Amino acid sequence: MSSTLNAEEMEAGVDRLAELILAGTEGRSIALVGIRRRGDEVAERLRDRLAARGREVDFGTLDISLYRDDYEHLRENPQLQGSDIVFEVDGAQIVLVDDVLFTGRTIRAALDAISDYGRPGRVELAVLIDRGHRELPIQPDYVGIPLETDRHDHVHVSLANTDGEDKVEVRKKQNP
Amino acid sequence: MPRKDLLELASLSREEIDRILDQAVPFKELFTRSVKKVPTLKGKSVLMLFYEPSTRTHSSFEVAAKRLSADVTNFDVAQSSVVKGESVRETVETLQAMRTDYIVVRHGRSGLPGMIARQTKASVVNAGDGAHAHPTQGLLDAFTVKEVMPEMAGKRVLIVGDILHSRVARSTSTVLRRLGVEVAYLGPGSLVPRACPEGVRRFTDYREAMAWNPDVMYLLRIQMERQDAQYFPSLREYHRVYGVTRERLRELDDKGIWLMHPGPVNRGVELCDEAMDYERSLINRQVENGIAVRMAVLYSLKPEGSGALEAP
Repeated sequence: MSSTLNAEEMEAGVDRLAELILAGTEGRSIALVGIRRRGDEVAERLRDRLAARGREVDFGTLDISLYRDDYEHLRENPQLQGSDIVFEVDGAQIVLVDDVLFTGRTIRAALDAISDYGRPGRVELAVLIDRGHRELPIQPDYVGIPLETDRHDHVHVSLANTDGEDKVEVRKKQNP
Repeated sequence: MPRKDLLELASLSREEIDRILDQAVPFKELFTRSVKKVPTLKGKSVLMLFYEPSTRTHSSFEVAAKRLSADVTNFDVAQSSVVKGESVRETVETLQAMRTDYIVVRHGRSGLPGMIARQTKASVVNAGDGAHAHPTQGLLDAFTVKEVMPEMAGKRVLIVGDILHSRVARSTSTVLRRLGVEVAYLGPGSLVPRACPEGVRRFTDYREAMAWNPDVMYLLRIQMERQDAQYFPSLREYHRVYGVTRERLRELDDKGIWLMHPGPVNRGVELCDEAMDYERSLINRQVENGIAVRMAVLYSLKPEGSGALEAP
């Protein structure tokens, strides 16, 4: 199968996302919070990009496994990875970061999870890829790459540190 | 495939044990947050079915279930219909009709939690049955040892006291040995079985056991009624021969030996007063870890009739 996006295109997407966040958060001190897994790797890259431009930000990772809405339907509960939030959440300007935005359910869970650490002053959402098909009233503030997909496509994101290489594959649904 | 029940540890694979111990770490991290609970078991019910009193295990499970947002009901059997002659089977049918999702059960009879598990769709967790098993105690003890000694293989744990009647000794040594820890028993000849499990050293003399160079000394609680059954002459005598006296506490300190006890401690019997402030005492940590491990256990089980989708 050919990749829908290659490593270069993804790097360009991260660059674009970093520029949008820089412009949108100018003059504010923010905390990037990456949603595990893969959102944390995107957030790390954004942090490095922002640092290269002289913007130091707080950083954290969030595991939303305990906040899902589908345990009832799962044969087995997901493996926990743990969260790492060491900055003061009360009043913080948080930018949640994820690799792909789809139904919005993960972000709903992330909003619940982060509020158990404190009461942020503001929460925004940055995603590397927005593939559409929301099931909840959740929209991103910053998008690196908009991607046209069908509702039943499987969008498979690989990232260098997590999966060995950067690429995005869109698998068409079999037997539509 | 996930398990429906946790009844004992002997049938758990090494992977299953490792997974529960690994998953307890993120649960423990939740305890430092401003909100200590998560919504994972929201709308699920956990029923506490205790045929034997146990303040510590009972409250540990209750806190664990509540931190997962489950509704907890106490079915206090000691004061209920059992006294009126209701059989366990009738009780279980009642619980089934209540559509409870998890049952935490303690009973004086070995094997009773397993019997309940076969009769219900709910996930059953054994919180101690007779002298048979106390699996969550074994897991929390292993978790606690692992916290202070991440490389567990080859480490030595000396379990001291009434081994014969102890489900804690059985479950804790089962899981520790599975993780590569060397285990030895120490106690009066009348309370340490002649036939120890293969590979477990048996001591009746304190000095000989110390010469084995344990990394952890795990003291079992002496049940006061054993004194009457003449397993040992007196509590004072027990303390002198097998207890951690002030002199022995200094020796533990010099050798850097960790101290564990499932609680509640009989002061002046298993331990002298000074041992309560011992720097390497893990007793309070066992309590905290017990909640995290029990959360991980409840999270790992799936009641019958759970969904069929793959884990994400």
